[in-house]
This record gives sequence, structure tokens and C-alpha cells, in this order.
Amino acid sequence: MKINTRDELIAKQKEYAASLNSQRKQILICAGTGCVAGGSLQIYDRMKEIIEEKGLRCALVLEKEPHDESIGLKKSGCHGFCEMGPLLRIEPMGWLYLKVKIEDCEEIIEKSIIHDEVVDRLVYQDESLKSYVKQEDIPFYKKQTRIALEYCGRINAESIAEYIALGGYSAVAKALFDMSSQEIVDEITESCLRGRGGGGFPAGRKWQQVLDQKEEEKYIVCNGDEGDPGAFMDRSMMEGEPHRVIEGMLIAAIATNAHHGYIYVRAEYPLAVERLQTAIDKANDKGLLGKNILGSGFDFDLHISQGAGAFVCGEGSALTTSIEGNRGMPRVKPPRTVEHGLFNKPTVLNNVETFCNVPPIILNGAKWYQGFGPANNHGTKAFALTGNVKNTGLIEVPMGTTLREVIFDIGGGVKGGDFKAVQIGGPSGGCLCISATEDHLDMKLDFDSLKKVGAMIGSGGLVVMNDKSCMVEVARFFMNFTQNESCGKCVPCREGTKRMLELLTDITEGRGTMEHIELLEKLADTISATALCGLGKTAASPVVSTLKYFRDEYVAHVVDKKCPAGQCKALMTYQIDPSLCRGCTKCARMCPVEAISGTVKEPHVIDTTKCIKCGACKEGCHFNAVKEV
Amino acid sequence: MSEKYMIIDGIRTAFTDEKNILQVIRKAGIHVPTFCYYTDMSIYGACRMCVVEDERGSVIASCSTPPKHKMVIRTNTSKLHQHRKMILELLLASHCRDCTVCEKNGNCRLQMLAARFHLTKVRFPNTHPEPVIDDSSLSIVRDPSKCILCGDCVRMCNEVQHVGAIDFAHRGANMIVSPAFGRPIAETDCVNCGQCAAVCPTAAITIKKDLKGVWQALYAPNKRVVVQIAPAVRVAIGEEFGIAPGKNTIGKIYTALRMLGFDTVFDTSFSADLTVIEEANELLYKLENGEKKYPLGNSMPLFTSCCPAWVRFVETKYPELLPYVSTCKSPMEMFGAVLKEYYKPADEEAGLETVSVAVMPCVAKKYEAAREEFKRNEVPDVDYVITTKELILMIKELGVQFQEIEPSAPDMPFSINSGAGVIFGVTGGVMEAALRHVADKNNEALREIEYSGVRGLEGTKIAEIELGGNTLRVGIVNGLGNADALIKKLQRGEEKLDFVEVMACPYGCIGGAGQPFGYRSVKQDRAQGMYKADKSAIVKRSCENPTLINLYENGMLKDRAHELLHVHYGK
Amino acid sequence: MHGLKGEGNVNSQEIARLDDILQKHDYNATLLIAIMQDIQKVYHYLPEEALCYIARKLKISEAKIYGVATFYENFSLEPKGRYVIKICDGTACHVRKSVPILEEFRNTLGLSKEKTTTDDMLFTVETVSCLGACGLAPVCTVNDHVHPSMTPEKAKALIQELKEEAANEN
Repeated sequence: MKINTRDELIAKQKEYAASLNSQRKQILICAGTGCVAGGSLQIYDRMKEIIEEKGLRCALVLEKEPHDESIGLKKSGCHGFCEMGPLLRIEPMGWLYLKVKIEDCEEIIEKSIIHDEVVDRLVYQDESLKSYVKQEDIPFYKKQTRIALEYCGRINAESIAEYIALGGYSAVAKALFDMSSQEIVDEITESCLRGRGGGGFPAGRKWQQVLDQKEEEKYIVCNGDEGDPGAFMDRSMMEGEPHRVIEGMLIAAIATNAHHGYIYVRAEYPLAVERLQTAIDKANDKGLLGKNILGSGFDFDLHISQGAGAFVCGEGSALTTSIEGNRGMPRVKPPRTVEHGLFNKPTVLNNVETFCNVPPIILNGAKWYQGFGPANNHGTKAFALTGNVKNTGLIEVPMGTTLREVIFDIGGGVKGGDFKAVQIGGPSGGCLCISATEDHLDMKLDFDSLKKVGAMIGSGGLVVMNDKSCMVEVARFFMNFTQNESCGKCVPCREGTKRMLELLTDITEGRGTMEHIELLEKLADTISATALCGLGKTAASPVVSTLKYFRDEYVAHVVDKKCPAGQCKALMTYQIDPSLCRGCTKCARMCPVEAISGTVKEPHVIDTTKCIKCGACKEGCHFNAVKEV
Repeated sequence: MSEKYMIIDGIRTAFTDEKNILQVIRKAGIHVPTFCYYTDMSIYGACRMCVVEDERGSVIASCSTPPKHKMVIRTNTSKLHQHRKMILELLLASHCRDCTVCEKNGNCRLQMLAARFHLTKVRFPNTHPEPVIDDSSLSIVRDPSKCILCGDCVRMCNEVQHVGAIDFAHRGANMIVSPAFGRPIAETDCVNCGQCAAVCPTAAITIKKDLKGVWQALYAPNKRVVVQIAPAVRVAIGEEFGIAPGKNTIGKIYTALRMLGFDTVFDTSFSADLTVIEEANELLYKLENGEKKYPLGNSMPLFTSCCPAWVRFVETKYPELLPYVSTCKSPMEMFGAVLKEYYKPADEEAGLETVSVAVMPCVAKKYEAAREEFKRNEVPDVDYVITTKELILMIKELGVQFQEIEPSAPDMPFSINSGAGVIFGVTGGVMEAALRHVADKNNEALREIEYSGVRGLEGTKIAEIELGGNTLRVGIVNGLGNADALIKKLQRGEEKLDFVEVMACPYGCIGGAGQPFGYRSVKQDRAQGMYKADKSAIVKRSCENPTLINLYENGMLKDRAHELLHVHYGK
Repeated sequence: MHGLKGEGNVNSQEIARLDDILQKHDYNATLLIAIMQDIQKVYHYLPEEALCYIARKLKISEAKIYGVATFYENFSLEPKGRYVIKICDGTACHVRKSVPILEEFRNTLGLSKEKTTTDDMLFTVETVSCLGACGLAPVCTVNDHVHPSMTPEKAKALIQELKEEAANEN
């Protein structure tokens, strides 16, 4: 059972690879959270039934002996194209079927598995009705480069054997036997890998600092508390390639001589917890975690620590104190986590995506990694593309890809209106937009370029907004989030966000004045200068950035009492179009506050001072005569 | 190496081992505003008032940034001024602003800083919640609506005292300081030490005041109001009247109390002498018979029992150690019992009722006085306990110019006390007094004790004293967290002691929650004041107090010492 | 003694259950959050008596346990309904109009931000921070089962369906 040496690992890899390659065909059913919600597990079960009914050899796990008659059936991680789920990929052809239903299963087996035919109605068609059979040809995928997400959607997410078959854990072997700790750190430093969790701090420097600590007890902590609303990259990696996460952490442990690790996963990700636990158990069974890994004498044990619903635990010191069983409140720094982290010991704390980038860097070298993205911003970045965009989903692109490429080439363009802005970096980030003064569409998405315009990559949520989105309302939404998630420790964040939310609510509800805007700016200033932790310091960013680019929208709310995007209900008025009104009196009868008057068969009028904007008249009118203005 | 320095507001300021910039700034003579910073507690860094600006214009919290050689900072810039005002404004926006009718009026840090920064307007709507007062405790009153969440009380209760009666609950804008499950504080493990109130910058936790009953007794014609004053009161009360901390004002206190209408005034140091004798005898008994008579033998030491918060701590956290807590009543309760007994015949004759009042540095004494163990026929031996702070209020209300009045002497017959009885008010004092009693009579022995390591304000002290050929190993702790740590050591067998003095409040009774607010240096001065009073006392050892000898030999204690002076807790 | 308040209400069977959970976590106080998660799995909320019991066993103060339990969104000190409906209020869901769905659930069930559980203990309606199912926005979950692409109409139908399911089971 256990793999005791590096040679045994190589032998196993060959054995598993032979077995995997022998499968005549493979059906990879997406079992990410999105597709599971769409019913992909039922599809999996149905597929299994049909394959067996047909008398085919169905291999749910890698068989010991290669068997060229078997059909591999597996639950994979997220393919990324969540909008089109449930997704199903057929290997070795690389076909991708979209929106698969139970009823489609029979036909898929018959045509694509038994024979080599495509089920045309399940393949992707673009707006010009052009079909794309192969996954890699679909525009959504074509511009992507997958490093961190390399195996996500390509292998059975629950199988360590498949991971090993594709070369998994060979980076660990290399780190253990061919490299010194310092060499590993140097490789990471040279690669310019920067933390993917938000700050973009160079991972190599962090590792070096922990390596330099004299303390014997050290920890490796993986931040899987992906709390930014509209972000699910880390979840997909934990669900789809859990061994990649483990391997990255293990290499960090070897590099810094740490023997204990924790993965902190937020409570909203039960499937990620399950997959990670399975993966840890299997890695322990195989001797790839635990004592004397691959006979090297190196020990590393790994635990999962589950969050319990607190966004602030994504902050380093809050996360470590939460693992220790406390309220997740950030503490003052210094001391920094690299010196006094988990259990007050030196700690490497990186996020999931950062760790996922480590194994390929070790295997292929820093030079290879530098081939992606601009200087100082090397590599790729995973984004969760959501909001008013045609193709929502999980993507990975080289750093420096432009916003235009992401939204229009990969995302297929804006849905329901024209492009207005994207919110990037979640509640700590800012927006990129086309406004009166700016056009960010050709902005390169990388740490340094974004910083210049007051936005940040954050963990990688990209929420697209069309011209029907009110930017004041967007700012209010984020402030509501931050205010709810503030831990409450420091005064500027606890009290300041509360007041900013109050002011923004006033503005969206028509009670705003120019003084509101001024006060918002002053508050933002104090909060970002004085808040205790990184989350607090960036809490005002969405407001600062929308004020910067969409100040006229704010002014329209407070001076003209109008919401240009037509979103803020309180700023709308209901009017009856006299040319359409037939005088049926229905609206007057439905109005709960008797704000509508008029005589029968004559156009009616709404008294806006009485109107409570409930919308009953509009809903009830048979002639579409009631308008929101 | 040449000395390390920082440039603070243009002034070169040397530093050595200061942990943070804030300490260096204070050294430079600037008091940066803070709500959540105390040298004796961990750095919390939540109020953000102490922010300063570095050379690059970055705003940093001075409480949590270590000083660096040649670092240049400014403590007052337009940016900082604006941020501090904004933070104050934010705090006040959800705070009660009825300062004139607030318990903390004049002593509130929020009020003081608002004045200091000349805050004249709050631009946000007032969202001060309706107060829900928790007055379940006999010692403190909680008004969470006035809480600014600086966390001082939480750290005091948990880090310093290891009591854990209160903690933060909920999150963000809903965060509060609360006992478990929002229960009344009296239904928790609260030991009534009141240290939370002592560090609270606002009126969110205040000490409970019992002045009304005292005034009524003073006004009533048929009441004989007797009062005893605890040792620590005399070195702190003057601070509120412009007298230096540590200056012994006991004579002025007697005068002021008489002006207030108290009929007879006594010094609790007298009964402290009683405690010394009783406790020392108990120690000698335990040393000899402990192995047989105590549940865990002599593996555990005898603990002092003067401090009611400590007694409560044992009851809630270590009930198995209760047999090791001395059965001696506290000096206050000994005096209470003696006084009620003493005046009984005269009262019956004159148709009077004796009301016994105690002026204490302590709020746990209020709780002690109300304990069933200290009531006889449902009447408490001590009727009212008022704190130093409350006595200050009475003196100020009457308009007595405390700093100017002439001192006077206590009343007969309990007018004499030893120096040993006075030093009860400071950590190590009870131990020293007891050791004086068991040691040889010559002064050489006294001096030896003085220098043996029982003195000093450290949280935990261990000392060894030669006693009749044997070595007595004793421990002295102040602060319940230190007591907790020592007990754990004793339980693990890492330490073995014969006798341990515990005072719940940091630095002992001089740092009691009933005392005026004071930083560490103030408490040092108070301690010095106590030892100075001892030095000038004619009688040094409790057993040489002539009044006391008389009481034991011919007076009421002749047969009734055990009944009047001892108590059994937990029954 | 005050410190053990409520323990009288814990019967021996429940003590055994709690001891099992504590045992599984080695009576390790740093695993408090995991311990409470296990307790919540058993009771569907955190009963006060249970928390007082583990406080004593783990040698941490009740106030601290209360503080931790009230800090994290997922812990509930109140019993919840049989069906816990969580409406995602993440950005993607918000942009795709999750608020009317929340309002529909609340209106249909007579619930509000303050009152989250129906009197018959059948439904609890609350919001949840981003579930990461943004591709399916707007979403809600019923007892952690994700329902994609919700609309107010679907919400109404879902309530009806669950009510029938409950009626059939009873």
C-alpha cells in the first residue's frame, strides 16, 4: 500500500499511467459545486447504470492491470464553464457536452462511447451558431492557460492514483531528494510567484523568512477561507485537484523544515472539505503524508480546520487565531505571521492558488514560470467571472491579459446591456470601468497595473456590471457586506463602516446631500489610514473607487434625486402615460394609499407626494400605462 | 554602542528596552491619547487613537510598533488630528451624551478626550441604544450601552485575573462585552474584584455605590454610626485633593469622617493585628498537624483569607482547596464582629442601634459584607461598605477642604495598632506581618524579613525564612492570574510552599478597584507610603499591641475568639 | 454553583453524546470550533447546557465559549427550523437579483430579518455569504442542497413542495 521510496513512486506512476491510458474512453462528469447543484451526480449514476446495462466494462477507479476494453467513468473537478453546466467531457477526444440532462445519457453512450459520433445538440454553439466540439476550441477556453487549474476537470478528483499517473507528487520527490531547502526557496523566489490571496506578497520571500527562523516548531497553513463574494477559484482547486494543494503545501514544508500543516476551509464549502479529507487520508495511506515520506526521513502531517462563517478569517492573524479555537479577530502586527503565526510559531501562510502553482514551478523550474506574464507578475491568475457576462465561470489566464480579452473573448461579452464596470478584488477591491473619464478595457490584469488605478487583483473575483447597474448601489452592497463581516475590534472599521453604510443608504434612498459625499470621503480616509487589519484598511475601497470614476452618479443621486441607472427604487417616481391610460380605474382601486385619482374613462394621475412606490398600479395595469421614471 | 534614539516631534529621545513607540513618546513627555493601552496588559490595538505618522507619511499605531534607532515620527499632524477627531466622533455617535448625570462625569476618558480635541459637533445620527443596566452584582454595575469596546475589562478579567466572567460576544457592529449567554453578572464566576471597573474608561462598568444608606444612618438620631478605615485608603484618598500619592492622610480622614457625622472612627489596622495572630497560629498548627488534619496533607500550603475576591475565586475554580484557605475572617469582618459585640450593652441601655460602616479600597468587600457567613440573626456585622472613591464623593459633597483640615486621632478603645497591621494594604504585607509574629522577637529578625523578598510589587514572589531551625517557604501573589498559575504549579508538584498570601488585585489592596484611578507609578508611591507608616509605628508586631493583649486576656476574646474571629466557607 | 448552571438539564444520555464528541477531539480546547460544529450537527443548534458542559470539560470559561459561538455566523444558539433555507447574497447573486427572492421567501412564510424561524419550526430563512456557486446565480440552499437560478416564482413553488414533503412524512 505504502510507497516507500522514490523508485517505488516512479514505478507506481508508470503502472497507473498505463492503466489510465488503457481506458478506451473516459467520461469526466463535472462534480464541482455548481454542476452538482445542476444534477451532475444523478447523471453520473445514470451513466454507470447504462454502461453496465450495455455490458460494457465500467471502471470507476483505476484498475490494477491495464484493460483496453474499459470505459473510465469519473467525477472530475470544476471545468469552469459553470453557466453551461452540468458539463461532461469525453476523452481521449476532448469533447465537451453542455447542459447535460439525465435523458441525454443513453444517447451519449450509444453515439459517443460505443461509436465515435458527436451528440450535436449538446456541443457549444456561439452566437453565429458555429459549433465547437472540442473543449479547447471553445472561445471560453481558447485564451486560457491552465497552470494552477491544470488538473481541475481533467482527472478523477477523488483518485490519488490518477494524480500520480499524471506525474503527481514527483515535484515532492524532486524537492526531497534533489534539492536543499534553500534551493527550493530560491527556485520559488526566482519564479516571482506572488501570493494569490490578495496582497501579492512574494511567496519566496515569505518562505525565506520562515526558513531563517531558529524555532524548531513551524507550521504551513493554507488559506482556503475564500470569503470574497463572487469568487470560487480556491474552492474549485480544493474540490477538483486536492492533491495539488497538498503537494504544494508539502513542498513548502520541505523548504522551510515544517512538520505540521493546516488547511483552513470555509464552512460554506462542504464538498471541498470532503474531497480534501479523502485526499489527505489517501496520501497518508500511500505514505505521501505522515512519517518518513518516501523514505526521506521527512515527516509532515496535515489537518483540516473548518471555518464557521466569518469573512474576516481570511485575514492571516484572524485565521490562525481561529484555528486555535478563538474568535477570529485580527491582532496587531508586528509580530508577523512568519515569526509568530499559528500557535505563536513561525508560519508559512499562503492561499490555495499559490500552493497550486508550486509543484509545476519545482518540476519545470523558475525560468519556465517566468515565461508567463510580465516581469514581477509572472504566472497565471485564476478568476471567477460572474455577474452580467454571457459566459460565467472559472477561468485562468496569464497575468497581463487585458480586461477586454477576459470579458469579451472569454466571457462572450456583457449580458443585458452595455459594459459599464467590473468589480475586481471583491469588497477590498475597486472597479475598472468605462466612464466619462476612464476606459480600463485595455488594462492589463496583473498586480502592479491594477494597483496603479486603485484596484487590486484580490483573490480574483471579477463581477461584470452592465449599464443598468447603479454604482452607488454597488458601493452600498459592498459596504453592507463589509459592515456585516467586520469583526468589530477596531473603532474605524466597526463604527466607520456602519456610518458609511448609513450614508450610502441615505443616498440611494433619496436622503443624500453633498455633505453626505464629503463625509463619505473623510470616513474613507480615516478608515484606510487607521484600521487595524488589511481588510479594514481596504473596507472603503469600493466607495473610493466608485466615487473616483462615477462621482457624477453620486451627485445625480443627491442633487437631482435621480438614479441614472434606474436601480434605486426610492428615487423613481411612478407616472401614468395619459396617451395609454383608458381610465379603467383599476389602478386607483389597487392603490393602498389612495394616491391615484381620476374619473372613469379619463386618464388618471398619481400624486407623487402620497405614492409609496409599491408598484401595485404598474403590476395591475392592463395597458402598460404606468411608467417608472 | 552609542545610545539608541528616536526623533519625536523634532525632539531627540533616547530609548533602551521600550517595547513600543508609545512608551518612548511618553518618555518624551507627550501623552498620546489611548483607550485600550495599559502597560500591565497585552497590546490590543483597537482604539487607534495612538496613531502617529512616520517619515514617509504612513500612519502607524504607536502602541504596537517597536521603536527603531533613528526613527522619525510626528505625533501631531493635520492628518492625525483629523483621524483622531473622526474616531472620537464615531465613538460619540453611538454613545450616550448625557454627561452631567453620568456616574463617570469628570472621570470619563471619552469625555476628557472629546474636550481635549475640542469636539463640538457630531455629524452622525445618535444611535445610542436604550441602556439595559445590569445591577445584579453587589460590587459593580454594568451599562453596556456606554461601552466603547476597548476590551480593557475583558483582558483584565481573562488575562490578568483568569476569572473569565466576561468576554466579547457577537461581532462587528453588534459586538458587546457580555457574561456567558447574556446572564446577569452575579450569576457568573465573577469574583467581585471590580478590576474591570477600575480600567473601564467610561461608565460601562462602574463600582456600585452604597452612599444612600450611609447618609440615612448618619442623619438618623437613634443610630450610632461607627466606621473603620482600611490601611490602603490613607495613602490614596489624598490624590483627589491635590495631595501626593502615598502620603499618609489617616489623621485627616478621621477628622473628615467626624465632620460627616460618624460617631466613632477606628482603623482596620487594629483588627489586622487580630488577623495576624489568629492566622499565624493557624499556620503553626498546620505545619505541625497538617499531614493528619488536612485532606491533601501538607502538600498544599495554607492560603490567606483576607481577600474576599480570592476566597470567591477558590470557591468557583478550586473548591477542593477550600480547606486550605485560612479560617480567619478578614480584618474588616473581625472588626465588624468585635464592634457589634462591644457596643451591644451600651446600645441596649441607650436605645441606640449601631450601624457599622467600613471604608475600603475594595469593592469585593461589599459582597463579603453581605455573605450569609457574616450575618448574625440576619444582621450583617458590617452594615455598609463604602470605597475610597465613595468617601471622596461624601467629602466633596459636604464641601470639606480635605487638604486643609487638621488631622485627629482615632477613638478609644481600639485606638492602637501595630505597623504590621498597616502594611496589610500592600502585596506581601500580610505575609510580613504574619512572619513578624512567628519570628523571634528581636528587631534583627524583623529586618531580615523586610529584605527576604516579601516586599516589592512583582506579581509572584517566593521567599524562604529561617524559623527555629526550619526553613519556611512562602509565596506571595497579587493578581488572581498569578494565583491561578501558582496553584497549577503546586498541583503539578513543581512548587511546594508552606504559606501563601493572595491578594486579588494587582499590587494588593492599594490597587483595589475602590481606589482612585492610578497608573503603575502611583501604585508604587502608595506602597512606599504604607511601609513608611510602618516605619513610624511604635509597635511593630501585632502581638505587642497592648489593646489587643487586653482583649485576649480580659476582654470579649477571652473565650470567644474562635466564634468571633473565624469562619468556615462553603458550608 | 453558578458556574455549572444548566448542567442539571443535561441528562446522562446527552452527556455521553457530548463526551463522545469531546473524546474524538482529545478534549483539546484549541479544537473548540470543530467540537461546536459536531455538537451543532447533533442538535442542529448549540444548546446552552451543552456549551456549559463542554466549557467545564475543556477548562475554558463559559463567557469565552459564548463569545466564540456568537462570533461565527454558522453557529446558532436558537433551534432552527426543519428546512433551513439560505439565500446567497454574494455579489453575483446580488447582481442577478437575489433580493426579491429573499423577500418572496420571507413574505410567503411571514418571516423577517429579525424573525427567521416559523412558529411551527418548519422553516428558517437566512442569508449566507457567497456560496461560490456564482455561475448558477442567484442560488439558495435548502439544508445545504443547492437550488440554482432561482426566481421569486420558483421560491414560492419550493416552499409548497417542502410543505408537502413535510406533510407526507408526518
